[in-house]
Amino acid sequence: MFTTGPLGTLTQEASISTETTVSEVAVQLEGITKRFPGVVANRDISLTVQKGHIHAIVGENGAGKSTLMKILYGMQRPDEGEIRVNGSPVTFHTPGDAISAGIGMVHQHFMLADNLTVLENVILGSEPRKGGLALDFAAARKKIKEISDAYGLGVDPDVLVEDIGVGTRQRVEILKVLYRGARILILDEPTAVLVPHEVDELFENLHGLVREGITIIFISHHLDEVLKVADAITVIRRGTTVAEVDPASVTARQLAELMVGSELPSPETRESTVTDVVALQVTGLTIGAEGERRVLDDVTLTIHKGEVLGIAGVEGNGQAELVEAIMGIRPSAGTITLAGEEITTWTTLRRREAGIGYIPEDRHRHGLILEAPLWENRILGHMKEKVNVRGWWINRRGARADTQRIVEQYDVRTPGIDVLASALSGGNQQKLIVGREMSGEPKLLIAAHPTRGVDVGAQAAIWDHLRTARAAGLAVLLISADLDELIGLSDWLKVIHRGSLVAEFDPATVTPEQLGSAMTGAGEEA
Amino acid sequence: MSSTFTDRLLGRVRLSGWVSLAAPILAILFAGVVTSIVLALTGNPVLDTLTTMVDYGSQPRSLVLILNNATTYYLSALAVALGFRMNLFNIGVDGQYRLAALVAAAVGGAVTLPAPFHPILIILVAMLVGAAWAGIAGVLKATRGVSEVISTIMLNTIATGLGAYLLAQWAVPVAGSNNIGTPPIAASGQVPGLTLVPGSSLKVFGLIFLAVAVGIGFHVLLNTTRFGFDLRATGRSEAAAVASGVNVKRMVVYAMLISGGMAGLIGMPQLLGASYSYSLDFQPGLGFTGIAIALLGRNNPVGIAFGALLWAFLDVSANILGLHKISPEIVTIMQGVIVLSVVIAYELAHRYRSVAEQKRVSRELAGAASTPQKEGATA
Ligand SMILES: Nc1ncnc2c1ncn2[C@@H]1O[C@H](COP(=O)(O)OP(=O)(O)OP(=O)(O)O)[C@@H](O)[C@H]1O
Ligand SMILES: [Mg+2]
Repeated sequence: MFTTGPLGTLTQEASISTETTVSEVAVQLEGITKRFPGVVANRDISLTVQKGHIHAIVGENGAGKSTLMKILYGMQRPDEGEIRVNGSPVTFHTPGDAISAGIGMVHQHFMLADNLTVLENVILGSEPRKGGLALDFAAARKKIKEISDAYGLGVDPDVLVEDIGVGTRQRVEILKVLYRGARILILDEPTAVLVPHEVDELFENLHGLVREGITIIFISHHLDEVLKVADAITVIRRGTTVAEVDPASVTARQLAELMVGSELPSPETRESTVTDVVALQVTGLTIGAEGERRVLDDVTLTIHKGEVLGIAGVEGNGQAELVEAIMGIRPSAGTITLAGEEITTWTTLRRREAGIGYIPEDRHRHGLILEAPLWENRILGHMKEKVNVRGWWINRRGARADTQRIVEQYDVRTPGIDVLASALSGGNQQKLIVGREMSGEPKLLIAAHPTRGVDVGAQAAIWDHLRTARAAGLAVLLISADLDELIGLSDWLKVIHRGSLVAEFDPATVTPEQLGSAMTGAGEEA
Repeated sequence: MSSTFTDRLLGRVRLSGWVSLAAPILAILFAGVVTSIVLALTGNPVLDTLTTMVDYGSQPRSLVLILNNATTYYLSALAVALGFRMNLFNIGVDGQYRLAALVAAAVGGAVTLPAPFHPILIILVAMLVGAAWAGIAGVLKATRGVSEVISTIMLNTIATGLGAYLLAQWAVPVAGSNNIGTPPIAASGQVPGLTLVPGSSLKVFGLIFLAVAVGIGFHVLLNTTRFGFDLRATGRSEAAAVASGVNVKRMVVYAMLISGGMAGLIGMPQLLGASYSYSLDFQPGLGFTGIAIALLGRNNPVGIAFGALLWAFLDVSANILGLHKISPEIVTIMQGVIVLSVVIAYELAHRYRSVAEQKRVSRELAGAASTPQKEGATA
């Protein structure tokens, strides 16, 4: 729609100008440039967001989306360029400045305190005072109720955050931002952790917000949902805006091509490589004491060599606990056997040594040491692998060479292997982890959301790697919120609900709708 | 800005390039300015005082004293730094050192062995006692989750009491004074000093080489071994370490044992090189000096060496101030200001460097910038 300057030529092919009325501009970024050592994250970016629009930003991993949003939210200072909010130029030094200008941001990783209530979480940092000292909970509760009702968020202020699911947590994050008076909302990959029906709910909420005049900017790698909800789409490639497109006039495939110049991947994998050799046998896995609610309740499953077992479920139903129990990170009752050998009492290191690869769901907390260079991160979790160590000693040269190999094979976009892991974009960090965990010919791969936050091109590449390894006999326990990925990649599907496996499906015949309803526990009562 | 201030403070994040040099130099200059102001405010001649200190501090006799003090400080700071690198705050180095020196002195005085074995035995005993005392805190943390800060502080107090009791049991009067001390160590157990500094008959501790070796060992252990990798990983992110199969509880115990073992060495240069007996005049508080020097040196063996030398220089040259009717406490103020300003200077330099680096990158990319932009536009 707003096709000015050098962008004019290229947007014509992709967009049809629908400029009928001149509407108000909420945010205008002009010529934004941001450099990090070795990379230009944003190069002369221009972006115009209309008031009351849902504006999507898409682009491959490391394209500079998060950086741009952090600049708009005052977390990063641009090297060049101008930010205009509601027409007037602004300079943000801290997120506090952005908040005062009516801008709020929800980060991809939620930042709520588990052991506080929704109310406490929302007011944290901007507590209402009564007579200058005492906290005015009543006023806060009233205001939260008002906001929740006004936008149809359906948030109960008095429940503990640890007791609510991810979908609700997301709404609490949004409410927290609205509570601080935001009229412009930035959401960085808000749907990455949600299952389809939660995504639908979120989009309904977003539409509600927009009707009240709030402007939303969101980043997503799921192009279908972008096309469904966005009023305008900006495509960023290699740090610069390459197109402004009208969602009504493009297909997901065209959008993907604009982003990466490659086709949309399909996770289809029908020819079976399942053998009858058991790779992993889990029997009666239970976490939680007798009597109280168990986070994991008598879980039994088998994975054969060459088989991918998918676990479907709404986040927070025991997936994380299941994975950590198999990895030996969390104590549990029951037995675990790997390739015929009982490993129940083994330490995490011994399990990894025996050939279990592990892609954790939270890459920042569990997958990487952000303050260490890439090659040291290659060693992490593989402290006994030949390429990394010689006896007691670190094999610096070997680890570095193998890191270089991963960077090339998995297309990790980085200026080098000596940069800190924190300098990589989210998707590139994920690629590094996947590459590392697929190294050393693992027998079993525990993959929690292996392509979360990864762009469509990289997703296809990771799926290819998984398929090749599977054909060579790798057993995979796949946990994912992406139903297409689950159905397309798995040989068999089980559904987890409140810590128990409640249903199973053949992915060849199941529909996303059936899976979706089983995941919410609908099958249980029936 | 993604590393936290604490990470940088405790040396878990590397500071590379000129930052690691410029920051402490600026900080010391700044500390000099503050000290001058304090001197001026208290009515002392600024320039005269400083030149007197430098003159006195650079005399051969002072140089020997500086080297000897620095040896002790260096060992102490390394013991503290090892814990810091893993996020463990071993505040108990002081108690570990005193108890270790006492027991080692008693054992050394009670036995006679052929020359090389006698001092080795004493050193081993000291390391074992230091390790055991620190190990209590390690085990408490690993099994009961007791904060090592609390437990090591309490162990310090217990060490003082226990030390006084043991000394009373084992002590004999020290010849030529009213003091009591452990029976003197025979000549076979002593480590002869070295005449390193020409112009002074005073000898440098022979165990200065032990300190150098411990410094090298510290570097090798942390940077080239699996154990060191696990230790640094735990210090930087405990959650990631656990998920990667590091047995964090065991690491806590090992790290405390090693830190305590190193603490045990602190008293050895003095015991085997000068006093030959543990008595009440063994300097208390060395463990706390070690904390300050570890911070000064960013928990890095080379940085700590400079920190230890500087600290020792200030201590020694303070002695002259009394003669000039200037309170030697001025030096304590200076040491405090140095630590604070080094911490601040590192932080400022780090920030300045990030900005400068980005500017440099942008200059280098300025020429190339137009090309990829066109590339993007045609795609
Ligand atoms: N703090 C930093 N220091 C150095 N480089 C950085 C830093 N933050 C981001 N970068 C670099 O800037 C570029 C853009 O990163 P950004 O996080 O904005 O990408 P993104 O579009 O959000 O990608 P993703 O989809 O993977 O999240 C990347 O090349 C990244 O390596
Ligand atoms: Mg991002």
